[in-house]
Amino acid sequence: MSEGNILEVTNVCKAFGGVQALLNVSFNVQEGEVFGIIGPNGSGKTTLINCITGFIKMNSGKVLYKGKDISYKAPNQIANLGLTRTFQIMRPYYSLPAYKNLIIPLFSPRARRKGGWRGGGKLGDRGTVSIDILEEIGFERDSFVPYKLASSLPTGYLKRLELARCLALRPDLILCDEVFSGLSMSEIASMVPLIEKLQMDGITLVMIEHRLRELFRVASRVMVLNFGEKLTEGIPEEVMADEKVKEAYLGSEKLLDYTFEA
Amino acid sequence: MSTIERRKERLDRGIKVRTEGIYAVSSWQEVTYLVLPRLILIVGLLLLPLLIPILGFSPYWKRVVSMAAIYGLLALGFDFLAHFVGLVSLGGAFFIGVGGYTAALLNKSLGLSPVFTIPMATVGGAIICTLLLLPALPLRGVYFAIVTLMYPLAIMRIIEALNIFGGTDGILGVAGFPNTWIEQYLIILIVIFALFGLRRLVNEDIGLVFRGVKDNDQSVRASGLSITLYKAIAVFIASGLGCLGGAYLAHIYMWAGISQFALDFSVIPIAATVIGGGGTLVGPLLGCFFLVPISEWLRTFGTLRIVFYSVILMAFIMFRSEGVMVYAQRKYHQFQRWVKV
Repeated sequence: MSEGNILEVTNVCKAFGGVQALLNVSFNVQEGEVFGIIGPNGSGKTTLINCITGFIKMNSGKVLYKGKDISYKAPNQIANLGLTRTFQIMRPYYSLPAYKNLIIPLFSPRARRKGGWRGGGKLGDRGTVSIDILEEIGFERDSFVPYKLASSLPTGYLKRLELARCLALRPDLILCDEVFSGLSMSEIASMVPLIEKLQMDGITLVMIEHRLRELFRVASRVMVLNFGEKLTEGIPEEVMADEKVKEAYLGSEKLLDYTFEA
Repeated sequence: MSTIERRKERLDRGIKVRTEGIYAVSSWQEVTYLVLPRLILIVGLLLLPLLIPILGFSPYWKRVVSMAAIYGLLALGFDFLAHFVGLVSLGGAFFIGVGGYTAALLNKSLGLSPVFTIPMATVGGAIICTLLLLPALPLRGVYFAIVTLMYPLAIMRIIEALNIFGGTDGILGVAGFPNTWIEQYLIILIVIFALFGLRRLVNEDIGLVFRGVKDNDQSVRASGLSITLYKAIAVFIASGLGCLGGAYLAHIYMWAGISQFALDFSVIPIAATVIGGGGTLVGPLLGCFFLVPISEWLRTFGTLRIVFYSVILMAFIMFRSEGVMVYAQRKYHQFQRWVKV
C-alpha cells in the first residue's frame, strides 16, 4: 500500500448473469480528500459501492482499506472498521422517530467502542447523542423535526438522516451514493457546506454524483465510469475535457459549458 | 339550516403523556391516565382464577385459564417476532414440543423437581430451538414461516418412527403441581412478567435494533450490526417463552407426547394476534384469553365448533381487521366530542 491511501480498489469485476456491471475497476482514494465517481446511468457506480462495502459479493478483485484486505467481508464488519455508506434510495427506519433511527448505529460495536460524545457513554444516553448528531447534520434541535417519524420526513431530511447514520458510526471514510439527488437547488446549496465540514473534520469522502457542478466544488479528483469500465481519472477540469468522457455523457458538447458556467 | 350542523372532533391527548422517556408525574390525573389500563389488566388477570369458583364454573375451567396463559406466552412470542423483528414464525408447536419434552426428560431421567426443570427447559429449549432455526434466519416473511412450520411436523414423525422418548405414548408420569392455585397463579404471573418485560424490551436500545431489522435490514447491516445475530437473539427470546409454556404444559398434564407438536399451538396464537391487534403485545395476550375459553365452550356443539370458531374469526377480520387493542388504544388516547359547524 502506498503512503496516504485510505482505500485501494484493484481490478474489481462483477457480472450479473451475462451483464458485465464492473470490469477491472481500479482506483485509490487518499486520506482526507473528496473523491468523485461520475458516469451515465447504469455505468456501475452503485454496484461499485455495493462491492466495496460488501453488500454485493464481487466476482474478483481486491479492496484494501487502511492497508487491510476487506474484499469479501460482511457489510456489518466493514462498517465497524469505519467504512460507511449512504444509500441512494434512502433506507431509514420508517416506523421510528428520526432521532431513534440513530440509536441503531450508536448501538454498533464500533460506536460503543469509540465512546466519546458520539458513542454515548459518559456524555448522555444514546438518545441525547443522536440529537447532537442530528443537530450537526442540520436538524433543528428545538423543533419537532428530530422527533418526527422518519416516514413523515421530506426527502431533504432523509438524505441528511442517511449521512447522520454514517456519522453515528464515527467513520473514517463515507461512501455517499447520490446525496444531492432529489433535492431542490436550495437544499443542495445547504448540503455543500455540510460536505465541506465533514472533510474538514478529517473524514474522507467518496461521492457518487450526477450534480456535477456541486460535486466539482468539493471534489479534488474524479473518476468516470462507463458501462462498468473506468474511462479516466483526474482533476475535474481535465476529466471533463476528455473526449471519451464527453462521448459517454450523451455526446453532449454543452457539458463543459454547463459544468463550469457558475 | 343545512343538514350538517355538527361534526365529530377528535383530538389526541397531550403528547407529553404518551411520549416514552418523558414521565408524566406532574399530576394524579396524568398518572392515573397512564396506570389505570395497566392496573385493570393486571388485577383482572389475577382475579381470573378466583372468579371461576365464585361464578360457578366447573373446576375444569381452571385448566382452561392455565391453557389460555400458555397460549398467551406463545402469542406474545409470535407478536414480538412478527411485529418487532419481522420474522413470521409458525413455530409455536415446535417451541411447545421442545420445551415439553425437555422438561419431561429432565424430570423423569434426572428426577429434578419442576422448580428446576421449568427454568432449565426454558433456557435449554430456547437454545435448541435457536440452533435449529439458525440456518433459516437469513430468510424472511413467508419463507421463514414455512421452515418453522416444517420443524414440528418433522420432529413429530421422527419421534414416531424412531420410537424415541416414549414413541407415540409419550413420556408418562411427569411430576405435577401441588395444587391448582399454584398452577394457575404461577403461569399468570409469568405471563404478566413476560408482557411487561417484552414491552420494555422493544423500547430499549436493543429493541430499537430489533425494530430496525424489521424496518430495513440492509440499513442495520450498514450500521455495523449483524442482522443474523439480532434475529437469533430475538428467536431465543420468543422460543424461550414458547418452551416455558411447553414445560409448564408437560407438568400440568404430567405427560409429554407428540400431540404437543400439534399445529393448534402454531395457529391459535396467530388467530389471537389477528383479534387482539398485532404490534400491541397486550392484544394477542387478551386474544388468547378470549379465544381459548370460547374454543372450550364451543365443544358442546361438537364438530360444529369449527364453524362457529371460523365465523368469529371472520367477523373480526372483516369488521375489526386492525385488532381490538389497536382500536382501543387509539380511542383511549383521543378526546372525541361533537362541535357545532
